[in-house]
Amino acid sequence: MAYDKFNILKSTAVPLPIENVDTDQIIPARFLKATERKGFGDNLFRDWRYNPDNTPKEHFVLNNPIYSGKILVGGKNFGSGSSREHAAWAVYDYGFRCVVSSFFADIFRNNCLNIGVLPVQISPEFLDKIFKAIEADSKTEFEVNLSEQTITILATGELETFGINEYKKGNLSNGFDDIDYLLNLKEDIQTFAETRPF
Amino acid sequence: MSNTLFDKVWDAHVVKKINNGPDVFFIDRHLVHEVTSPVAFLGLKNRSIPVLYPERTFATADHNTPTINQHLPVADPLSANQLEALEKNATEHGIPYWGLGHEKNGIVHVIGPENGITLPGATIVCGDSHTSTHGAFGAIAFGIGTSEVEMVLATQCIMQPKPKSMRININGELSFGVTPKDVALYIISKLTTSGATGYFVEYAGEVFRNMSMEGRMTVCNLSIEMGARGGMIAPDEKTFEYIKGREFTPKGEAWNKAMDYWQTLYSEDNAEFDKELTFDAADIEPMITYGTNPGMGTGISNGIPTAETMEGGVATYRKSLAYMDFNEGDDIKGKPIDFVFLGSCTNGRIEDFRAFASIVKGRKKADNVTAWLVPGSHKVEDAIKEEGILDILHEAGFQLREPGCSACLAMNDDKIPAGKYAVSTSNRNFEGRQGPGARTLLASPLVAAAAAVTGKVTDPRELMEEMVVG
Ligand code: SF4
Repeated sequence: MAYDKFNILKSTAVPLPIENVDTDQIIPARFLKATERKGFGDNLFRDWRYNPDNTPKEHFVLNNPIYSGKILVGGKNFGSGSSREHAAWAVYDYGFRCVVSSFFADIFRNNCLNIGVLPVQISPEFLDKIFKAIEADSKTEFEVNLSEQTITILATGELETFGINEYKKGNLSNGFDDIDYLLNLKEDIQTFAETRPF
Repeated sequence: MSNTLFDKVWDAHVVKKINNGPDVFFIDRHLVHEVTSPVAFLGLKNRSIPVLYPERTFATADHNTPTINQHLPVADPLSANQLEALEKNATEHGIPYWGLGHEKNGIVHVIGPENGITLPGATIVCGDSHTSTHGAFGAIAFGIGTSEVEMVLATQCIMQPKPKSMRININGELSFGVTPKDVALYIISKLTTSGATGYFVEYAGEVFRNMSMEGRMTVCNLSIEMGARGGMIAPDEKTFEYIKGREFTPKGEAWNKAMDYWQTLYSEDNAEFDKELTFDAADIEPMITYGTNPGMGTGISNGIPTAETMEGGVATYRKSLAYMDFNEGDDIKGKPIDFVFLGSCTNGRIEDFRAFASIVKGRKKADNVTAWLVPGSHKVEDAIKEEGILDILHEAGFQLREPGCSACLAMNDDKIPAGKYAVSTSNRNFEGRQGPGARTLLASPLVAAAAAVTGKVTDPRELMEEMVVG
């Protein structure tokens, strides 16, 4: 599925300073029954966000109007657990284009990259700075620059670089997906397949 | 240098290397289920492209299926819709489909090995993170997202950067009452849930050599819980013995050729790993988790650790214990429990039911316990009946359900109620994993059985006679 190109994102951020946020929290399994990719944002962090009677939980960050933005900042080991791409869809569908953490689980990172959400992995120290900056002022703005591979706290100018695979970077900045690329290799793949013993 | 088991299998599947990019990686066998595939099939439709090699894909219904009355129409309309979508998609594209009631139906990672879909040296993917199970046969197997499911359907390839390699060695002999599940929970408790992120793990050493194929599957299954993409064990005589003659394994001349190749699948003596860890079998006792991630596990005779001794965030640790309503320093043994879940692709195979039965035999289910015993497949269910295990379970006051993922992820009606404690043989104890507000303690089938008959967390060794447990 095609997505918007990603270049420079300037936005406030939503802080979630919890470690090991797993995909069952991001989107609980009971919301995986859809056969289309629609409406997952409504159930993002469902059980942290809503009481069993569907009233919002006041203390959860997504229910706090002082926080908003296209950047989600999470604690270490964000996205562990299930391979459900629905978790990345929920993040995207809610309106985030970038997730920042000091560490990501593999499959979640991959899923994000495949659907146009940029995972930005930074040092624990810089993550801490970001959390503190948001705590001091919820309207703090950040700039995520994909081509420079930097994330900047705009108020102070402090920045850190992050890594991303060149190929994925190209895809993200052009809004391409892998299938387009693979379909072009079809003949090579078919030749290869004939050599497989099983 | 291509000299680890992992390198040998990986490198044999690279169709093309991209400079500064991932490899174009060929997938031999692809497993699909109802939950992570519909959007992928929709993608094919939108692009108007067919499935490139339907014979390399196999479909089953498991995540979202009821575990009672499977002969009746599925009551939940959303689940029914997903199941119908899978059947329709599979039929339309010529993919073998083993739906509810089919003799080969079961949990995707149980039926792969059972039917000989899982082979040494193969690459196997599925839109489910516990695909790592199949690594027990010396395959490279890992979970993928739905975009990748679409890629495999369309092109039989995905784009993957090669992970780093890690070897975990455990030598010595496992103590009485210690099972493969305990070995895995022990490793995860040492590494934490992110300790192997970015790595593909090879398990080596006596402990794994001596383990049954089913035990190896349990260990490889849980690789993902320490963050690893997958885990694998070099194939040996046990592996070949297990797969020989199964429906989808090569036959005749093809078998001999495959065997020649499979015999080469091991890490060379001088193989180098990016990381290597060694543990001692004697240090492992029956394990149980007390928190909300699989790394929060401890030997059953220990107490719940205090926050000070934990690395990482104290706040996160306390939040987790608060969810469980446990206190730092509490004994885990003796905690009252409400539910027992025996099943899942981690521990839903015949050996797990044998182990469970070995403890409940001649005893009675505790009155305060609701037990859900869910075989991993129809074949497992048949074996439970044929071996007389069903009679033992019935005499002890247990019922058997029908195959499926069930309370492992609680997508169907098998949800542990809020606030209740469940000793589960599955793989994840995340908040709400087994139902909103449910509290999960992960453990082996022996620990689950001991809890089922005593109504509390109990060391199974107290209920066992000294004997060798498989
Ligand atoms: S049993 Fe659990 S882990 Fe295994 S395939 Fe089903 S949902 Fe996934």
